[in-house]
Amino acid sequence: MTATSATARAEAPARPPRRRIRTPHKRAIIALVAPFLVLFALFYALPVAYAVWESLLVVQRDGTFGPATEVFGGLQQYALVFQDQAFWGSVGRVLLFGVVQVPVMLGLALVFALLLDSPLVKGKRFFRLAYFVPYAVPGVIAAIMWGFLFSPNLSPFAALTKAVPFLGADLVLWSIANVVTWVYVGYNMLIIYSALLAVPQEIYEAARLDGAGQFRMAWSIKIPIVRPAILMTAVFSIIGTLQLLAEPQVFASFSSAVTSTYTPNMTIYATSSLPNYNLAAAFSVVLALATFILSFTFLKVTQRKGQDA
Amino acid sequence: MTAETLIPVPTGQRAEREERRRSRRGYRGTGPKQSPVSRAVAMTVMVVFTLYTLIPLWWLVVASSKSRGQLLTTNGLWFADFNLFKNIGDMLAYGDGIFGRWMLNSILYAGVGGFLATLLAGMCGYALAKYRFRGRETLFNVVLGGVLVPATALALPLFLLFSKVQLTDTIWAVLLPSIVSPFGVYLSRIFAAASVPDELMEAARLDGSGELRTFFTIAVRLMTPALVTVFLFQFVAIWNNFFLPLIMLRSTELFPVTFGLYTWNTQINQVPELRTFVLSGAFLSIIPLVVTFLLLQRYWRNGLGSGSLK
Repeated sequence: MTATSATARAEAPARPPRRRIRTPHKRAIIALVAPFLVLFALFYALPVAYAVWESLLVVQRDGTFGPATEVFGGLQQYALVFQDQAFWGSVGRVLLFGVVQVPVMLGLALVFALLLDSPLVKGKRFFRLAYFVPYAVPGVIAAIMWGFLFSPNLSPFAALTKAVPFLGADLVLWSIANVVTWVYVGYNMLIIYSALLAVPQEIYEAARLDGAGQFRMAWSIKIPIVRPAILMTAVFSIIGTLQLLAEPQVFASFSSAVTSTYTPNMTIYATSSLPNYNLAAAFSVVLALATFILSFTFLKVTQRKGQDA
Repeated sequence: MTAETLIPVPTGQRAEREERRRSRRGYRGTGPKQSPVSRAVAMTVMVVFTLYTLIPLWWLVVASSKSRGQLLTTNGLWFADFNLFKNIGDMLAYGDGIFGRWMLNSILYAGVGGFLATLLAGMCGYALAKYRFRGRETLFNVVLGGVLVPATALALPLFLLFSKVQLTDTIWAVLLPSIVSPFGVYLSRIFAAASVPDELMEAARLDGSGELRTFFTIAVRLMTPALVTVFLFQFVAIWNNFFLPLIMLRSTELFPVTFGLYTWNTQINQVPELRTFVLSGAFLSIIPLVVTFLLLQRYWRNGLGSGSLK
C-alpha cells in the first residue's frame, strides 16, 4: 500500500489525482504566504519579465524629429549587445578581477579561519571582531576611504602613494579589488570559522592519537569538512564580482582611468541614462544570465570534483 | 542549494560556547605542545592583518577630527587640533542640514524596509516549514531562484516599471522593492523547521488558538534569533544599496546617506569644504552600523553559519 501511494505521489503532476486531499488550514497558509508572494511577484518576477520584454523592443522614429514609438524588434537589441565592445570589455575586466580577487580573498579567509580554530592563536574574540568590523562599512564609504588612502596627496602614506600610481590605469582595478577584499575577508572568514566550530572534537582527538600535527589536520580534515562553506562563499563572491558597481563608481571621482563603462553594471547605468532603455534592458538580461550560468557551472564542476575525490 | 545540502553548524548559542570551550583547554590539554616558533608566526600573521583591517578606520577617525588645512599638512595617522565636533557641526549645517535628512532617510528605508521584509519572510518561511500544501516545493524553489537573482539586475527593470506608474523619485521607489527578501524566507524556513515543534502547534490548536495566532504569539518568539538575523541582513542590504537610489532618485532630500555622501564626494573638486564633510559624514554614518553589529553579534554569527549566504 505504501509503495502504491508513493508511486501515485511521484506521478501526481502527470495525471490528475484520483482523490483530492483537502489541505488543512488552507486559509491560514494563504494568509501567511500571500503577502510575501504578492510582493515577490511585483518586485522580483515582474521586473525580470519586464526586462526581457523591454529588451525585445526597438525605438522607431518618423523622420529625424518625429515622435518615438517602441515596436517589437525581436532580438535586434541582443545583436547590438554582442557587437558592443565597451560592454564586453567591462565583462572581461570583472572576470579578470574575479579570477584574481576571489581566490585571494577566500584563501586569506580560509587561512585566518584555520588559525582562529587552531591552538596557536590567543585572543580569538578580539581578532574575530577586528577582522569583521569592515563588513559593517558600506561599500560606498569603504571606497571613499580607500580612495583618500590611495590618493597621492591626501594619503597618510603619501611617500608610497606618490611613488606607486594606485589610481592609475594599470593598478586601479587592483585598488578596487583591495577595497572589496578589505570589506569581505572577515565576513567570509566567519562563515568558514562557523563551519569549523561545528566539527566534533572527537575527530581531532583521533587524528592526534595517530600523530597528525596541526598542519596535517588542517589539510586532511578541516579543509575537506568546510569545503561546502568555501563553495558557498565562492559562488556568492562570483555573483558579487559580476555586479560590481558602487566601488568603481566612487573610484571614478578619484581616478580618470575608471570610465563610465568600467564594469557591466556601470555600462547598464550609463546606457540607461542616455537614455536607451531597451539596450540597457538587454544588457541586464545578458548579465543576469551570465551570472546564473557562471555560478551554476562553478557549482556543478566543483561538485563533480568532490565526488571523484 | 536545498536545506539538505546545508552545512551543519552549531545553532543557538552553541557556537559561542563551543568557541570558548575550545580556546580554554580543548586542543592543548591532550596533544603535543605547539612549538613557540609556529605560535609566533601565527600571532604575527594575525596582528599584521589586524593592522590592515583597522588602520583605515583609525585614519577615518583621525581625519574627521582635523581642519581642512591640517588634513593635508599633518601626520595622517595622528591627531592635530581636535576639530571633530566643529567638523560634524559644520557638516550637519551644510546645505540646510541635508545630512541629517539623509541619515533619517536611511533609517527609514532600512528600518521600515527591514522590519516589513522580516515579517513577511518570517510568515512565508514558517508556512513553508510547518504546513504541507500543494505547490510547496515549487514555491520554495522559486524563492531559492530569487536568492540567486542579483539585486542589481533588478534595479533597471524596477526603474522602468516604476516610471510607468510615475513613482520614480519617491520614497516608495526605494522602500517597496526592499520589502522582499527571498534569502529571509530561506533562513526563516530552516529556523522554523528546527525550532518550532509540531507538538507545540498541536497543543495550541487543542487550546483553541487559531493558526495565525499561534504564529504571532508562539512561533515568532521561538524564531526570534532567526528573525533578528534576517532583519540585520536586510537592514544592511538596504543601507548599503547603491544602484536603486542611483537610478531611482533625483531629489537630494530623498537620498539615503551612503548615496548622499557619494554625491558630495563627486563634487569635492568644485566645493573644497566638502572634503572634510565627506570624511566626518562617513565617520558619523558608520557608527550606527558598527554599534548594531557589535551589540547583536550573538544573532548574526549564528545566522552566518546556518545560511552561509551573503
